[in-house]
Amino acid sequence: MVALGSRWRAVLLWVLLAVGPVPLASVSAQEQPPKRPAQDEFVPIGELPPTEQLPAAPLLIAAYSVAWIVVAGYLFSIARRMGKVEQDLAEVSRRVQQRRS
Amino acid sequence: MPRWFTPLAIAVAAMFAYAPISIANAPIESTMLLVQKIFYFHVPSWFVMFSGAFLCAGASVRYLTKGSREADHYAITGAELAVVFGLIGLITGPLWGRKAWGVWWEWDVKLTLALVVWLSFVAYLLLRRFGGPGSEKLAAAVGIFGAVNIPFVYYSVNWWRTIHPKTSVVPTLGPGMRGTFWFCTLAFMSLMVLLVALRVRLERHRALVDDLYLELED
Repeated sequence: MVALGSRWRAVLLWVLLAVGPVPLASVSAQEQPPKRPAQDEFVPIGELPPTEQLPAAPLLIAAYSVAWIVVAGYLFSIARRMGKVEQDLAEVSRRVQQRRS
Repeated sequence: MPRWFTPLAIAVAAMFAYAPISIANAPIESTMLLVQKIFYFHVPSWFVMFSGAFLCAGASVRYLTKGSREADHYAITGAELAVVFGLIGLITGPLWGRKAWGVWWEWDVKLTLALVVWLSFVAYLLLRRFGGPGSEKLAAAVGIFGAVNIPFVYYSVNWWRTIHPKTSVVPTLGPGMRGTFWFCTLAFMSLMVLLVALRVRLERHRALVDDLYLELED
């Protein structure tokens, strides 16, 4: 048995340290279950599978319905208040006329 | 009512009847697809909200400095429009955001400031409704405070990091989208003019009723 010189021992140690972990890492990678792409990184919304996508039409219809309902409700509210004020105005005008005459 | 009211009301009705056709015919945006069409009602409703807020603030300044009763009528009208159209904006925005961002709401600078401004005008109306005599002046100050915040709402997307689209979206719209967008904006602004006329008339009648009751009491 020939004893290795200190230089060769250093080279062998370097080779073991540099190349040794590669097979171990490949084994551990094979043992892990494959990750789903969505958990690894950002997935553009357009590339989602159809089951994960949110339909746009109900949101669009809801948005336009809200706009129409709110405007119609406000118009109704103005009309109701106007009716009440005109009723009050007619009543108070009548009383003022009676008082003046 | 003024002579222009009925022709304008007919024109606005026709514009709102045609708006869905124009929106349906507008090109579909390449990244957000169909949900982007909410934009045609969402942005004009905020334009009306901002205009109502500025109307309220301008009229409030006049009311505080000159004591003009007519200005006060315009101030309460502006505040009411700011609340009504701000509500449309605050509901349609999250409906778009749910699809575009994946969440209904985010405590983002733009969204939070918009909510604060809207709440300022809700506070204005609550003060007018429940504040008792003299609340008009306090409410006027709240209205001015609310309107001062509007430039921060509008430019917040350019000044700070936010998920909301920037102000450059409207000037860079494609040709098919630009016409539809400005048509909807014109329809909303014309509707605002009609609503201001109606609502100011209501306030004038209320003031007249108050005057007549005072005359009866004297």
